[in-house]
Amino acid sequence: MSLKDKLLSSHLVFEDRSDMGSYVNNLRNDAIKVFKEKGFPSKKEEAWKYTSLNSVLKEDYSVFPKQETALEYKDVKKYFIHDIDSYKIIFIDGKYSSHLSQTTHAGIDVCLMSSALSKPKYRLVIENYFNKAASEDSLSSLNTAFSSEGAFIHIPKNKLVEKPIQIIHFSTGNEAATMLQPRNLVVVDENSHVQIIERHQSLTNNPVLTNSVTEIFTAKRAIVDYYKIQNDNENASLIDNTFIKQKQESLASVHTFSFGGKLIRNNLNFYQNGERIDSTLKGVTIIGNKQHVDHNTLVHHIEPNCESHQDYKGIFNDKSTGVFNGKVVVEKEAQKTNAFQANNNILISDKATINTKPQLEIFADDVKCSHGCTIGQLDESAMFYMQSRGIPKKEAKALLMYAFSNDVLSSVKIPELKQRITKIIASKLGVSLGFDL
Amino acid sequence: MLKIENLHASVEDKSILKGINLEVKPGEVHAIMGPNGSGKSTLSSVIAGKEEYEVTDGTIVFDGEDIDELAAEERAHKGIFLSFQYPVEIPGVSVTNFIKTAINESRKARGLEEMPAKDMLKLIREKADLLEIDRNFLSRSLNEGFSGGEKKRNEIFQMAMLDPKLAILDETDSGLDIDALRIVANGVNKLKSENNAVVVITHYQRLLDYIVPDYVHVLYNGKIVKSGTKELAHELEAKGYDWIKEEVNA
Repeated sequence: MSLKDKLLSSHLVFEDRSDMGSYVNNLRNDAIKVFKEKGFPSKKEEAWKYTSLNSVLKEDYSVFPKQETALEYKDVKKYFIHDIDSYKIIFIDGKYSSHLSQTTHAGIDVCLMSSALSKPKYRLVIENYFNKAASEDSLSSLNTAFSSEGAFIHIPKNKLVEKPIQIIHFSTGNEAATMLQPRNLVVVDENSHVQIIERHQSLTNNPVLTNSVTEIFTAKRAIVDYYKIQNDNENASLIDNTFIKQKQESLASVHTFSFGGKLIRNNLNFYQNGERIDSTLKGVTIIGNKQHVDHNTLVHHIEPNCESHQDYKGIFNDKSTGVFNGKVVVEKEAQKTNAFQANNNILISDKATINTKPQLEIFADDVKCSHGCTIGQLDESAMFYMQSRGIPKKEAKALLMYAFSNDVLSSVKIPELKQRITKIIASKLGVSLGFDL
Repeated sequence: MLKIENLHASVEDKSILKGINLEVKPGEVHAIMGPNGSGKSTLSSVIAGKEEYEVTDGTIVFDGEDIDELAAEERAHKGIFLSFQYPVEIPGVSVTNFIKTAINESRKARGLEEMPAKDMLKLIREKADLLEIDRNFLSRSLNEGFSGGEKKRNEIFQMAMLDPKLAILDETDSGLDIDALRIVANGVNKLKSENNAVVVITHYQRLLDYIVPDYVHVLYNGKIVKSGTKELAHELEAKGYDWIKEEVNA
């Protein structure tokens, strides 16, 4: 049975278990029909031209989480940013782990999607926001069809959330192959500020496919900083669908650090519904072997006087492949838009590949839009310069790559996180450098 | 200290150095002059170990060891320093972080612990003052957006930090105004001792008024065609290089 057929038949069972007739259940039923009609995307579709899901779809995934497997904090501590005080929403094989989590309802709601879906007091937020940003593409629809668990974050107005929120999805490999479909909802009301760190982590080499949907809503003057750490092991694949709807004067940033995993596809979509909005999309990708990372971004400028900043850096070794497809749409009404996009890549091996494609659709006439992409090798003259000062080749290479990534790292606002990412980069490059950039 | 014998080197199969002989002893200052394209920069790159250059014949012996097979960083660890004619810009790495890394890598290679942060800071301050370098300058990205003078001063600052046995200054005077030239030369002179040596590569005599050489060599067409004392530099300044070319071609 194909994965599609398996999912379709599993959904019949899934329906029986959920609350019939509710708002979300109706969405699920509509969504499975969309998935049934569209199926998994193929390379024939323009947006999937350079990314084939065939190799990840052939596994026989178990699609429903079994009982929670207990994990000891000390065994998984290294996957946390553990040197900061934070809220934690932790899942193991798709099930909430109360043992590892630290949620709150004190003034803000940092909790579970399942409880938000079942409790009447959250009904309004759910009905106002759930699935109101996600698009009707087949993968997001598939997630909606099975949506039941994930992070639920609601920050009422005028709250500065001082502790970052960590969302970690662990998979234990207890099943031969596991498919996970987390569903996250983040609603940040006026003048509030929140920082979120998200990570997907497999604990064994058994195949995992995660098809995640995250919807983020920023109200007037709200600020959201979202960091994605993608450093999973070689049999774990991730399709990350993130949708951000911003209202006037809000600031939203998403930093995506892609260092590991078999196949990663990031569908990152920003919709600006208001004036003087600022959107930031940044990423560092450092991969090797046969890894594949695809960044598919959209920024939709709808109203005047808004900005967007995109900066993606990629370093590709061995036979790895990268894709950057960045689309910027500026509607006719969106005058005085400033939209910047840069995608810079270094190919370290001559068998590595990058496909980069900026797409600008501009219907307004008084705008500033720039885009640029570069593909290069490490600068030989810079290498010799550093070596002549006593820095060995490997370290010199690493230093150049750090420097290359630094524009993105420098805008990470949580120092401990920045330090951790620096360390991950160092270990990826097989060096230890005596300082953090 | 440095003994070069019958050195032949080529890049991309083009022969550039065609039999260089040069001996530099501790405490000496040598100037290598010559017209454009004579092989001056190639000679400095070959001594420093640039991979693109292939030594096809001859030997380079440093402190009694044939260094031909050593990588550039290993030569640096032994005490060879090359001040670049065109220092490379490295955005994202500050001057301070760069020099810290360079020093600690050299110490590591010599089996020493990393230099304590406090000592490092003290050393950086001391050497920055020597070169009249503003402290703010040290946190800027290496060479990025530096003026010609700032780049060269930064090279000599790194030389001061690394304290090499043999410093090769490749066209360090190019792009310097007279004040910067004086600061740079003054720095080099203060670092000079009877245990180290300097090879100044230059097109013009100007720098040699400040860094006074014991020996002057003229490089032409890949060979040292004339050697003398500092008076030779004055002669070249007055008469140009044509008479040398004529002598050689005669």
